[in-house]
Amino acid sequence: MKRPVLSFLTSVTLALSLGATAPAALAATPPDTLIQAWAIDDVITLDPAEVFEFSASEVLGNAYQGLVGYDVEDVSDIFGVIAESWEVSEDGKTFTFTIRPGMTFASGNPITADDAVFTLQRVIKLDKSPSFILTQFGFSPDNVDQMIRKTGDMTFEFEMDQAYAPTLVLYCLTATVGFIVDEELVMSHEEDGDFGYGWLKTNYAGSGAFSIREWRANEVIVLERNDAYGGEAPPMARAIYRHIPETSTQRLLLEAGDIDIARNVGAEEIDALTDNPDIVIESGVKGSIYYLGLNQKNDMLAKPEVRQAMKMLVDYATIADTIMKGKVNVHQAFLPVGFLGALEDTPFSLDVEQAKALLEQAGVPDGFSVTMDTRNTPEITSMAQAIQQTMAMAGIEMELIPGDGQQTLTKYRARNHDIYIGRWGPDYQDPHTNADTFARNPDNGDDAASKPLAWRNAWDIPEMTAEADAAVLESDADARAQMYLELQREHQETSPFVIMFQEIEVLARRANVDGFIIGPSFNDNSFKQVTKE
Amino acid sequence: MSGTSAPGGVVGAGDRPARRRPAWLDRIAALFGTLAVTLFGLLLVTFLIGRVVPVDPVLAVVGDRASQSTYDAAYIELGLDQTLFEQFRRYTARALSGDFGESLLTKRPILDDIRRAFPATLELATVAILIGTLVGVPLGVWAAVRQGTLVDQVVRVVGLVGYSAPIFWLGLLGLLLFYAKWGLVAGPGRIDIAYEYSFTPITGLLLIDTAVQGQWAAFRNVVSHLALPACLLGYFSLAYIARMTRSFMLAELGQEYIDAARIKGVSERRIVWVHALRNAAVPLVTVIALSYASLLEGSVLTETVFAWPGLGLYLTNSLLNADMNAVLGCTLLIGVIFVGLNLLSDLLYTLLDPRVRRGS
Repeated sequence: MKRPVLSFLTSVTLALSLGATAPAALAATPPDTLIQAWAIDDVITLDPAEVFEFSASEVLGNAYQGLVGYDVEDVSDIFGVIAESWEVSEDGKTFTFTIRPGMTFASGNPITADDAVFTLQRVIKLDKSPSFILTQFGFSPDNVDQMIRKTGDMTFEFEMDQAYAPTLVLYCLTATVGFIVDEELVMSHEEDGDFGYGWLKTNYAGSGAFSIREWRANEVIVLERNDAYGGEAPPMARAIYRHIPETSTQRLLLEAGDIDIARNVGAEEIDALTDNPDIVIESGVKGSIYYLGLNQKNDMLAKPEVRQAMKMLVDYATIADTIMKGKVNVHQAFLPVGFLGALEDTPFSLDVEQAKALLEQAGVPDGFSVTMDTRNTPEITSMAQAIQQTMAMAGIEMELIPGDGQQTLTKYRARNHDIYIGRWGPDYQDPHTNADTFARNPDNGDDAASKPLAWRNAWDIPEMTAEADAAVLESDADARAQMYLELQREHQETSPFVIMFQEIEVLARRANVDGFIIGPSFNDNSFKQVTKE
Repeated sequence: MSGTSAPGGVVGAGDRPARRRPAWLDRIAALFGTLAVTLFGLLLVTFLIGRVVPVDPVLAVVGDRASQSTYDAAYIELGLDQTLFEQFRRYTARALSGDFGESLLTKRPILDDIRRAFPATLELATVAILIGTLVGVPLGVWAAVRQGTLVDQVVRVVGLVGYSAPIFWLGLLGLLLFYAKWGLVAGPGRIDIAYEYSFTPITGLLLIDTAVQGQWAAFRNVVSHLALPACLLGYFSLAYIARMTRSFMLAELGQEYIDAARIKGVSERRIVWVHALRNAAVPLVTVIALSYASLLEGSVLTETVFAWPGLGLYLTNSLLNADMNAVLGCTLLIGVIFVGLNLLSDLLYTLLDPRVRRGS
């Protein structure tokens, strides 16, 4: 009886006294299989018409193909994937797409115009979360059969209500919602006119480099090489995501060689893994932006001087370098770097004296009290605490109200907050995605139909909304970029948003695993060309 | 229970044997009554809490970006346009017919989800409670017999550490040593990917599934994955069981019948392990049953550290996403487990305690 307990005690004592011991022999992963550890509990569906979650987007990005794509190194280079070519009509309202001949789905069915038309109409008719990416061009379940129409076996037309900037249209089609599904396969599983929605939630009907073999919620996603794929065959025969919620557990698995890539690495893990010769830390700039939203319903925060003062009471550099350990870059405009027309100026830095002077001008020389709703993730919490300290230097007493994601978001969307510290990721690669939310507020009323970030902070901006709307219709890319630059400059100076950082995605991989591409959005992350030595 | 059995005992003192059956039936009926009331109460409270929580369930379903029309459609689909009473009535009616609905998020039937998550927890909890009981009871007895000696002190410290050290921390430390440093056990998860498809899942209990199909390599892998979290949770319940055993045993060892047995010359070993332990076992059964029940709820922290796809993780995840159908389903399951194990310990009571047996 005494043995188990005593041996446990002995081992703990031993461990504590020995400190570092030699690691156990490596359990290598199979050479033709890529195994990644990631928190994949956000996956709720695998249907391209519904997917909006980070991890599911990445899975679809490797398993499906859209009509068009872009170069992740230079997103202005847009090329055809399933579409071989396209033409825009003279009035700018209609795109005519021609499908590349000879392509097939993983099922063996040929890809034709029928599949493309079916996919796009299906998105509009199902009307799930990401459908707005396409409905913004004037489609509705009632008119979509007329507006998106087949004109030949391999051609179809895409007619919009206005002449939108062609890049906007094309970028929207690169989003997961535009990934083409296999009509024949999906419709063979249709039930009660659901367009195969019930089936596709957990199944696969694509044509990408990998096919999805299995998804077990909170456990595993298994992909296999799709031999019918038209592009270059991926070196890996299988790719597996294991759900490992805890970052330190991911690190242990990676060091032991039981996984090839750890996808969630916190600041602590980055520190610990940097010196390990078997591990390589990689990073890539993502589109997400961290910001503070100052609710204009709060009289204090509505004062322009107070808003400006707050922009000078954040220690941007320290947070980026010390607290976030390189997981963010300082960035102060609403378009992330990498987007058309992104403004890279960073005019604000911690300046307590100037902030105090501004507060005095606003008539609150001694500061004031305010609350900030803070999502209880490690990143947001530590940022919020740092901001709380620097705000206090100018007498602004900031109380942090912690809550989980859904809770803080519910309050934010009801405009019941003072300050909200948030993270916003673009929905597609076009500048309009962020302009639409940070710089547009068509109706500031409490029962407005759309609730962009400007609305949530009760920032009434009819003129800026009109400017943002004009930029959507500008067909010349350079002129359009110029419009967005001006919009951001004005926004930077006047808006109730303290835009602080742009996210950097960091992963840790074993040194023998090469070729993982970190793209600007999650569906650009690619393991199609991953090799193992 | 005594309320229903006592009158039966007095009236039907043996001359009318036909009466015994109804009394027995009465007891069963009362039990089911208790079960029904408990479950209904649980359902009502959970339902109300779910509605009071300041989280918009529609938001959890459609996300932050959806258009108003998408939002409205989901709102109606979830039945949130109905009154609270109507929502509850609908849910209860469906639950009564065995339909626990679908997850709001994934649209998968709740029963399927539970059927997948629960075996993982069941397997872990069962091995853990076995460890806890088989080690904890003798340890407690031993400490009681050697009360005040070094052995007793050590057992108490071990118990205290097990009871108060954060299981999260112990889990990580265990992984760091036994998995990462010494490679004695397999890492997080239930089974290595390599063995994943070497057998067909039947019960979801991997120990049984692999053993029945003779996949011994996979079986060993499952044991290796199970060892650390099971020992950890086992240690956790061991600590409690040993402490309780010790105090129950001390109470028994101070009784007069023990002195009487000693005077009669019964061996010390027999006095401790037969006479005293048998009597201490009666309350101990309840302690073990309740420990088992709380293990079966799923330990969120252990499941997080060990990436164990069990009930605790599933329930927490559902709760954070305001997926009330899933939360209600799990709550009911846990309620049934608690009531069931209570019932089981009552039955064992009857077997172990002659007074209760005779009384009924």
